[in-house]
Amino acid sequence: MKKESKMWRDNLRGIFYIALKDIKTYYFKPPAVSWGIVFPITWILAFYLRNPGSFEELVPGLIAMTILFSTTAAEAVVINFELRLGSLERLLLAPINISAILLGKVLGGVIFGFVMTSIVAIGSTILLRLHPPIIYLILIIIPSLFVFSSLGALLCVMVKEVFEAQTLLNLPRFLMMFLSGVVYPVSRMPVALQYVSYALPLTYTVEGLRFSFSGGSDKMILSYTLILIGFLLLFILPAVKLLSKKFE
Amino acid sequence: MNKDTIIQVSDLTRRYGETLAVDHINFEVAKGEVFGFLGPNGAGKTTTIRMLTGFSKPTHGKASILGFDINSQIVQIKKHIGVVPEISNLYDELSGFDNLLFMAQLYGVSRTQRRKRVEELLKTFRLYERKDSLFRTFSRGMKRALTIAAALIHNPEVLFLDEPTVGLDVVAARSLRNLISNLRQQGTTIFLTTHYLEEADLLCDRVAILVKGRILAIDTPHALKDKTNKKSLEEVFMKITGLEPEVMAIEKGK
Repeated sequence: MKKESKMWRDNLRGIFYIALKDIKTYYFKPPAVSWGIVFPITWILAFYLRNPGSFEELVPGLIAMTILFSTTAAEAVVINFELRLGSLERLLLAPINISAILLGKVLGGVIFGFVMTSIVAIGSTILLRLHPPIIYLILIIIPSLFVFSSLGALLCVMVKEVFEAQTLLNLPRFLMMFLSGVVYPVSRMPVALQYVSYALPLTYTVEGLRFSFSGGSDKMILSYTLILIGFLLLFILPAVKLLSKKFE
Repeated sequence: MNKDTIIQVSDLTRRYGETLAVDHINFEVAKGEVFGFLGPNGAGKTTTIRMLTGFSKPTHGKASILGFDINSQIVQIKKHIGVVPEISNLYDELSGFDNLLFMAQLYGVSRTQRRKRVEELLKTFRLYERKDSLFRTFSRGMKRALTIAAALIHNPEVLFLDEPTVGLDVVAARSLRNLISNLRQQGTTIFLTTHYLEEADLLCDRVAILVKGRILAIDTPHALKDKTNKKSLEEVFMKITGLEPEVMAIEKGK
């Protein structure tokens, strides 16, 4: 029992320091910041200018996009580049397991995403004088950060090169931008596309945030949280398995 | 198992598809011993190290380090071993100091000891003056030195060195050999693979000669020279690996 708790402590320490190292090394650098925050803001602004209306309606989409792009901003570099240089292998020499290494990588994206998303969420709620229940935002934003960082990790461990990972990551990113109700509500889409939308995790982030801003029920928010946790497991478990195979 | 045995390998085998990379090898390494693992390219040296350090699972056989089984207790093993891989694989975007500090954090070196230990190692490896420079700006020798320092951050009882002097200049290689001697004196068990047979002759208490995944000879360099009636470990190596006729043919061709 004591041995197991010590192992847990070692793994938790590993997760924390790997995330910290990644943040210092890769995140908070101009490319990650521009990809994580500047791109979503510019994109939403472009839509607003093209079709001026209520900016408040675009806020959930803006926050969701910031979550998606910031968490995945440096994932390809963090995993594939290190794998190529051998420095990821270096981590495996430490007394921690592969799951801890991957979770450390995911946590790096989550922390960076959290900072970027907080700037956007706090900035827009203050500027537009919105009053969403904070607990609702937390219940949607936190699992979403983990979901998209894990999605990034999964796609990265599926390929070998950094450029392959970037290309592969863009596919779900752009698909979700258009089909998850970021600027165009899912309910107004053709029925066939609605089915596709509900297979995408960003849809639940956008809808969850929309309900948070418009006063949804506890039950509704919790159901979205649970769906997002489901997506998290769907992405993280195969990612750990694939990473183990890569080391073999 | 002798109480002084630190590494014990029994019938260890690794197969990659049809290729038998390591073929039922057996050996033991005692506490404080410098054990050389010699062989031509592709002999299975790195595959053996990878199995012993948890990167690769054996197809057959077993091994233990400090009594911990490599299949089921690899995390415990990692706490007691340091590994210097063939490639210097620290973080380009971190400074020398930060690289070692990160390793100290990963290995759970206590908060109060971390900085002291990092500074101590930087001084030992004569890298203190460059502690704030990024790893990518280091020369090849400096990178190698920092990689070895990283492997020593948690004072391991067993050190695996895979071709540690490859790419080092004469001075750096010599200082590394001195370091290995010092570590041995302090009681660290060292498992070393090298292409440089003079180096093995100089440093190793015992050597194993590996060819095509099989150990063909294992003994002290002195005993091997006696048995084969050769003057140097290089000649012993040529004879045992069967490369002697090839080398002689090349020399005759000259």
